Amino acid sequence: MLKNSAAKRPKKLKVSHNVSLLSAVPWIGPALLLILLVVIWPVIELIRTSFTDISLAGSLLDFNGLTNYRDLLANADLYPVAKRTLVWVFGIVFFTVLLSLPLAQLINQNFPGRKYVRWAMIFPWAASVVMTSMIWTWILDAYSGELNLTLTHLGLISEPVDWVNNPGSSFYFLMWVAVFVSVPFTSFVLLAGLQSIPADIIEAASVDGATSWQIYRRIKFPLLRNALLIATMINLINVFNSFPIIWVMTRGGPGYDTDTTTTFAYKLAFIESNMGQSTALGVFNFMIILVIVGFYLRITKATRTEL
Amino acid sequence: MSTKVKKITGKKVATIVCAYFIAWLFVYPYINMFLTSVKSHDELYATPTTYLPRVWQWRNYIDVWDNAPIASFLKSSLIVSLSATILVLIVSVPAAYFISRYRFKMRGPFLLLVLATQMFSPTALIIGIFREVDFFKLLDSYLALIILNAGFNLAFAIWLLSGFFSSIPVEIEEAALIDGCTRMQALRRVTLPIALPGLVTAVIFTFVAAWNEFTIALTIMSSVDKKPIPVGITQFIGQYDIAWEFLFTSTIIAIIPVVILFISIEKYLVGGLTAGSVK
Repeated sequence: MLKNSAAKRPKKLKVSHNVSLLSAVPWIGPALLLILLVVIWPVIELIRTSFTDISLAGSLLDFNGLTNYRDLLANADLYPVAKRTLVWVFGIVFFTVLLSLPLAQLINQNFPGRKYVRWAMIFPWAASVVMTSMIWTWILDAYSGELNLTLTHLGLISEPVDWVNNPGSSFYFLMWVAVFVSVPFTSFVLLAGLQSIPADIIEAASVDGATSWQIYRRIKFPLLRNALLIATMINLINVFNSFPIIWVMTRGGPGYDTDTTTTFAYKLAFIESNMGQSTALGVFNFMIILVIVGFYLRITKATRTEL
Repeated sequence: MSTKVKKITGKKVATIVCAYFIAWLFVYPYINMFLTSVKSHDELYATPTTYLPRVWQWRNYIDVWDNAPIASFLKSSLIVSLSATILVLIVSVPAAYFISRYRFKMRGPFLLLVLATQMFSPTALIIGIFREVDFFKLLDSYLALIILNAGFNLAFAIWLLSGFFSSIPVEIEEAALIDGCTRMQALRRVTLPIALPGLVTAVIFTFVAAWNEFTIALTIMSSVDKKPIPVGITQFIGQYDIAWEFLFTSTIIAIIPVVILFISIEKYLVGGLTAGSVK
């Protein structure tokens, strides 16, 4: 796929080579400054704070070595939260990809009204996740929600069930909302991948008598590999960082029963004023993201050199 | 015409039914949101509840302005999103242009840094962000929120725009340079107009991302009248008797414009978000 797009470029793209670094400053300097200020500074500040004894707004930094990390690892609440985070991330990404693959195929077909179907899928992508979480909270409400209303009509339940606050079901409904907001983006990335497959390859295969399942399995799916990998990486990061869904629907509660490491770190810092453990967890979280970003950068390397 | 009719097979019908059902599934929560926003308060809490409003209470869309500070939420959202968008544009256009036209030392590392920042979400760094904003004594200020929103959305704009600039032949600019334009003039008069779809996409994407941003605003904004709408409306939830009808009139007002904006740039979204590695 990448080779193909490279071939389409004009043969001699004239660019000025090896201009001095100094001449680059007025052009890329502001961008660099903004990135340093907004991204790099907080990273350094987070790491620095994790080795100190400090309150949220405190300015006195007393170096205390690995105490925060030791405290965090001694915190018995961390382990169920960490385990749940694994379920959260892999569960959501797995189901998102599983649903998006056929969906991308579907919206790549030619049928009347296709445009409107694609538009419909933009809604969860464009709308604020906070607001989407709120409407799901309402739909799942025990007495006023449409889920229970419908289930009652169908005779599937006789008593209203409080889906969001029920410890058994709560977390799965949070995961459902996360899948709901992740599928549109993922489907569009896969759709872009499908669209980049040259039509003549498909035609040649179908002339040779391949069934549509064979074409998908043997030609389209292998060519989708790159799109699939990238969509998966971006989803892994987004889902791991996901904050508003849990925050709006359950606040991670009751207790820490629906927390992931991301909401747990936030809670420790801003609700429980436990800065030490929160910064230590923040650094762990950041390292996990760094690993995924590393993979992502490797995959996209080919495109970057082409740019 | 007649061949078109013949083409409609059972498989095609299944595709259409399936696609429309899925489309409905994705819009359903927002339809529910809308229907809830035009019910009366009593009707919302009546059991059993109903699918459609018994009385369509359009008045909610007028009353909400008096019953909740959504005017100030929307104002804050507009100030922050528009300013962040302008800042992103000012900073990203020269950077994107330069990396697409010149090869320089540290170009690779710079691209790497930009791409990496796109993947870092503010959520993971929130404590660092809070302490930095506190250090500059900018807690509860629009300025901090604007700069942070711009910074975290810069990468998308740079990627998208450099892709657009790279696809514009250098020869077009060279002609302008021969005619006596400076590089900057060539960029402004020749290249930017051609890259207009890219600029529009970058503008809309940044605006929508800033409009929807939650975590940073939740953490650094404390005055009620300065909170942007996603944070502001969470205050409805804390109340004992949640005014869901006003909550959802507010969210409908906030969602509809950004959905329309996003639909208008659908074609270009994927390219910027995946660093051009898919499309």
